Amino acid sequence: MKQRNIFIASAALLIIAFAVGAFFYKNQQAEQAAQIAKQNQMALVRAHAPNFGNADAPVHIVEFFDPACGTCAQFYPMVKQLMAEHPGKIRLSVRYAPFHPGSDQVVKVIEAARKQGQFRQALEALFASQHIWVQNHTAQVDLIWAPLSSLGLDMERLKSDMNSPEVAQLIQQDLADAKTMNVTMTPEFFVNGKPLPNFGFDELKKLVEDALLSANAK
Amino acid sequence: MKNSLWSLVFTAWLLAALATLGALFMSEVMGFAPCVLCWYQRIFMFPLVFVLALGLFPFDPKVVRYALPLAAVGLLTAVFHLLLTAGYIPESMTPCRQGIPCSTVQIEWFGFVTIPLLSAISFLAINALLIASYFKTSK
Repeated sequence: MKQRNIFIASAALLIIAFAVGAFFYKNQQAEQAAQIAKQNQMALVRAHAPNFGNADAPVHIVEFFDPACGTCAQFYPMVKQLMAEHPGKIRLSVRYAPFHPGSDQVVKVIEAARKQGQFRQALEALFASQHIWVQNHTAQVDLIWAPLSSLGLDMERLKSDMNSPEVAQLIQQDLADAKTMNVTMTPEFFVNGKPLPNFGFDELKKLVEDALLSANAK
Repeated sequence: MKNSLWSLVFTAWLLAALATLGALFMSEVMGFAPCVLCWYQRIFMFPLVFVLALGLFPFDPKVVRYALPLAAVGLLTAVFHLLLTAGYIPESMTPCRQGIPCSTVQIEWFGFVTIPLLSAISFLAINALLIASYFKTSK
């Protein structure tokens, strides 16, 4: 009987220690992320980033994403839906964080398509065909041309634009800013400069709704 | 006699439970991706929590027969991993493929405590406790 009590008490103690430790660690991480974001607003909002929605919207979401990231593709329609629910109230800026091998090449293609006014179309076509061109967590740039063919892009121009130093510099800047903002996983969202306390769409939605409320109160 | 035997196996269980929760904390809470060698050590550590706990109630000294092989192979893997991070075994010999290379040191507390060191110490202690209880039983 005594032995059983020792066993049960030890097991309970270990589990409680784990839960309490996890709680404090997560809180501390979230606080740290908020601090970093506060101190580096410059690195968060760059003029070169592609934008969606009303430029003067009270709520500004900055998303770091990787075109080869499956969760980013899943979040895309959800964020779009969220913006549609609050017309004119949300602006979305996207920043590149091509963490998957080969993904930087795909970002170059997206940027080149952007020069032809086809940013959104290219992004959506690539997200929709991710299962074709992302294999074993590696982006295969050779496989993206078929999904992009329906956009009617000027391929000659696209191939010269994608290798321009300007595009390379933009990716370098985004990657450097991702590092500054401590973005290690994609997608990562910042709402009016604040990072998500925990990853998840509900958390993003809550942060957006809080920002909308405080914008309305002004 | 029987009580001291029980205590030995119980202490081994406690260490295995601590190591298991510690490993889960580092991967699930702190977000470190376990490398391939870490996964092998987990494979030998996690079941010890259940095998040893079942041997405690009702107490069965024979549980050592089932637990020791797991603990022994776990120890070998941990020592291999430790030698790898210390640089005694060249990286090209590692079974790592994608993800985190096993020679990467993700934490270094007090300048020398790494995850493979914690793993090796846990396995070493569990082995010692189980062997001690085995010899006590056979006497």
